[in-house]
Amino acid sequence: MENLEQLVSQATADFAAATELARLEDVKAAYLGKEGALTALLKGLGKLPPEERKSAGAAINAAKEKVESALAAQREALKNAQLEAQLAAEALDITLPGRGQARGSIHPVMRTLERIEQLFRSIGFEVADGPEIETDWHNFTALNTPANHPARSMHDTFYLLDDAGNVREDVLLRTHTSPVQIRSMLAHVDKHKHLAVMPELRVICPGRVYRVDSDATHSPMFHQVEGLWVGEKVSFADLKGVVADFLRRFFESDDLDVRFRPSFFPFTEPSAEIDVAFMSGALKGRWLEIAGCGMVHPNVMRFGGIDPEKYTGFAFGMGPDRLTMLRYGINDLRLFFDGDLRFLAQFQ
Amino acid sequence: MQFPESWLRALVDPPLSTDELCHLLTMAGLEVEERRPASAEFSSVVVARILTAEKHPDADKLKLCSVDTGEHGILQIVCGAPNAAAGLVVPCALVGARLPGIEIKKAKVRGVESFGMLCSARELGLSEDHGGLLTLPADAPIGQSVREYLNLDDTLITLKLTPNRADCLSLAGIAREVAALTGAPLNLPTVAPVAPAIDDTRGVVLDAPAACPRYCGRIVRGVNAQAPTPDWMKQRIERCGVRSISALVDVTNYVMLELGQPLHAFDDGELAGAIHVRYPNAGERLLLLNEQTVTPTAETALIADEAKALALAGIMGGEHSGINDATTDLFLESAFFAPDAIAGKARALGFSSDASYRYERGVDFELQRRAIERATQLIIDICGGPSTRCGPVVEAVAPEHLPARPPVRLRMARAAHVLGIDLGAAQIEKLVAGMGFAYVRDGETLTVTPPSHRFDIEIEEDLIEEIARLHGYDNIPAPPPTARCEMLPLPEAQRTPMQVRRLLAERGYHEVVNYSFVEAAWEADFSGNNAPVKLANPIASQMGVMRSSLIGGLVGTLTGNLKRQTERVRAFELGRCFLPSADRAAGFGTGVVQPLRVAALAAGPALPEQWGTPTRPTDFYDVKGDLEALFAPRRLTFERTAHPALHPGRSAAVLLDGNAIGVVGEIHPRWKQKYELSDAAVLFEIDLAPLLATPLPVYSEVSRFPAVVRDIALVVPQQCAAQALLDVLRRAAPDYVREIRLFDVYQGKGVAADSKSLAFRVAMQDTRKTLADGDADAAVASLVQAAADKFGAVLRA
Repeated sequence: MENLEQLVSQATADFAAATELARLEDVKAAYLGKEGALTALLKGLGKLPPEERKSAGAAINAAKEKVESALAAQREALKNAQLEAQLAAEALDITLPGRGQARGSIHPVMRTLERIEQLFRSIGFEVADGPEIETDWHNFTALNTPANHPARSMHDTFYLLDDAGNVREDVLLRTHTSPVQIRSMLAHVDKHKHLAVMPELRVICPGRVYRVDSDATHSPMFHQVEGLWVGEKVSFADLKGVVADFLRRFFESDDLDVRFRPSFFPFTEPSAEIDVAFMSGALKGRWLEIAGCGMVHPNVMRFGGIDPEKYTGFAFGMGPDRLTMLRYGINDLRLFFDGDLRFLAQFQ
Repeated sequence: MQFPESWLRALVDPPLSTDELCHLLTMAGLEVEERRPASAEFSSVVVARILTAEKHPDADKLKLCSVDTGEHGILQIVCGAPNAAAGLVVPCALVGARLPGIEIKKAKVRGVESFGMLCSARELGLSEDHGGLLTLPADAPIGQSVREYLNLDDTLITLKLTPNRADCLSLAGIAREVAALTGAPLNLPTVAPVAPAIDDTRGVVLDAPAACPRYCGRIVRGVNAQAPTPDWMKQRIERCGVRSISALVDVTNYVMLELGQPLHAFDDGELAGAIHVRYPNAGERLLLLNEQTVTPTAETALIADEAKALALAGIMGGEHSGINDATTDLFLESAFFAPDAIAGKARALGFSSDASYRYERGVDFELQRRAIERATQLIIDICGGPSTRCGPVVEAVAPEHLPARPPVRLRMARAAHVLGIDLGAAQIEKLVAGMGFAYVRDGETLTVTPPSHRFDIEIEEDLIEEIARLHGYDNIPAPPPTARCEMLPLPEAQRTPMQVRRLLAERGYHEVVNYSFVEAAWEADFSGNNAPVKLANPIASQMGVMRSSLIGGLVGTLTGNLKRQTERVRAFELGRCFLPSADRAAGFGTGVVQPLRVAALAAGPALPEQWGTPTRPTDFYDVKGDLEALFAPRRLTFERTAHPALHPGRSAAVLLDGNAIGVVGEIHPRWKQKYELSDAAVLFEIDLAPLLATPLPVYSEVSRFPAVVRDIALVVPQQCAAQALLDVLRRAAPDYVREIRLFDVYQGKGVAADSKSLAFRVAMQDTRKTLADGDADAAVASLVQAAADKFGAVLRA
């Protein structure tokens, strides 16, 4: 039995000394192979007297189990070492940059328009759309601005030529998104004409508008968002509530003041200009014009096919370019229309 | 409208600071656009009299003056001004005074002590005049602060008036508003009729009574046209931004600024017979005061005498009938011209005048007599002499053409409804009364008669606005509104343009917003469009036509970025294009169809420069892949096409369900040089509408049986289009063929020079059974057979 213990410790030592799997298999053969020491001992059992055979067998088997377990342990250790080595060899410079297509970007003003659409959608405004070459009727007449109205000089309007080279009187590049008010009202009335009481109309209309004006702070093409809410009980207080709420949500800040100042637009009465002032930041304390608004003028309601005694409405038109500049601290309007990827790529 | 605060305060002086006054005006809808001091800052400058002025002992050009500064004593001052002379009253800066740019100290000038400085207008920042000392009137109080004496501590206020508030284009109008807003008393100048001293009159005939329903005229004889304008008047009109010209002209301008009534003074000696307000005769021409000769349109009213046209009514006087230094006899005009008759007329002639600006917005039609009396008195006071005599005012009026002031009904309940706040009948009545409006109250209704100076009170809402304005918009609450709570539709089979933008951005494209008006050359080059929609008044010639395609703009984006050394450009735009139509009803009734389109352009390396990936230029298939991804899961087809912008061999029409919806391709090499493009740029342009429709997913059963995959390589003639072959294979495939995908294109060794090998992976799977080898073989055989029949394809060995 002395021998067996020696054998086990010798085997364990031999296994430990084998640092490669192939060598370990050779060492294994010396103990457990056909000619191995333990195999020989087991084979020799038959020669023992029967009364010793059982206990000797048990001892040899126990020793064999120990040897096998030492072998398994060493095998596992060698495999682990091999895997470790492989892993070490396979290690990457994980700081090398990833590969693939770079991401593009959405125009900053479109980001703003999307936020505006989402905020107004959350209180039930749908998005409406209209043409950019617009009829004079929709752009001016139906908005209570007849020919020669002094308010027309507020808009320096782009006109078109016909095939013969004469100025077309009937169409123009829209000077504001307000004509979509008319189109929306007419469509809404038509859709609900079978009902005694028309459901509320709540739309916003984002889009491009055009005026003959070009300098550091004016672009001949810019964006506007029109808002319109018509219903049985819509009031000026509602207008104030919606716009003030919008501005706080848009800028994600209660740290701003909003004021409504009397103004004039032919298509609203009463009319107001909306100013906002931030209470901190670079523009702290300055009143900035954000939008024009008011209660839809009864004549405009009539042009839209709606009885102004039965329904009232408010409308606003705001400048998303300006909102975008304020939101992201952009200081030059012209960047929006310049297509400079170094600028645009900042808005991913 | 610019005016000095001091003039306003002379008419109404509420207990408000300048800041508070400006805020009040702004919040009442008379926006203060600008305010600035009337003069530069300076201090310790007093009115002084030069007692003696002797030559400086050591300098020829300097004078040694002894100057009386009143309570500051008699000072010795060295002065270099050429006009320094004994007896002159001038501004004197005392030691310690701060002038624009300098501080006055006691000094020694060429050995003589000097205790201050006598000042020119420029040294005080009052004007550019540096010809000599500013001379003050001999009666100016010695020792008084010059700022006080010249009323320099004044603020110039500029109002940005909205077109409806013509009543505030005068000091009296603004003062009336301030009085209504604050309750402060209004002190308008009293105007007493000037008794006529002679009977001379000129008849006035209103031949165009609709254009001119009221005309007052008066002769004033024996005036001195060369009399100087008094300083107080000069200062007031100059502080309103009106240049002082001569006393007579200044008086007419002064009264216009004060009361809001434009006036015109004719040289009576140039007039023949009665005055007519009439429309022009055919071809009639007139030389205006601004030296412009005009041929007025038939709708433009003239002022004429019996021989000739004198002036454009309400717009501008004529050169020949105007007053000059030699004028002694005047004919004064104070008229009311109807806004409709004046509106747009000056603009059509390419200028604006103070008179036309006021008339087209609306002048008080009851003001004419008051204004002519005011002007007469001022002329007599300033230009009059012992021989000055005025005739009676002749007033011609066509009452039926004067603006009507129909009463406007105001229901208290309607005001509460529109404003969302119930102010109460008593408060509303108080506000209406405060505006000076005449009204009758009947229960819950006020019937208001708008005053003659307000042209903007026509309907109930106008009165509601007045009430809200006077109450203060700020004082109307702003609660979130309450409304019916209904969900909005959310159509799943409809994408939004924003989703399309996001897809493109995710594939590396940057969104640009290009102008909708472009160079005519872009339209010709990139769209073959030689008849684009032209602007009548473009801002620049290279922005002269409306685009019919987004391509030109994107090429411009590319060129611009290449100039800024951005070599890899991927850009897209989503916007409207403008296509003229013969049908005037098309395009929302504009005769111009205006589809929304999406276009994208890629140039430079296909991928951003990166390690481990060879750099290669963007090619047709990169952009085609992006386009296909945009439409997935729907499948586009492509057909060879000819497009002016694109390389004929590398461009395709894009079809969806057989309908052409756009193009994709490489820029035609001929434009590379013209537009300074370095690499070949690849682009697509498609209609937005088909891109927004996206099918709802439809479930089909997922097979539990194993799939069989077979690859086949078909050798076909070089010119055989892959798509055509693929279409044939798909049609020939039995229904258990799930997918046929082209995975390799090979030309070279083993394939004849005029042929190519296209390799397809055919995936087969049945939902009901495991496919046998025989099924797969049969499928492959039928595919190969179909390809052979149609294109002579053979299986590659």
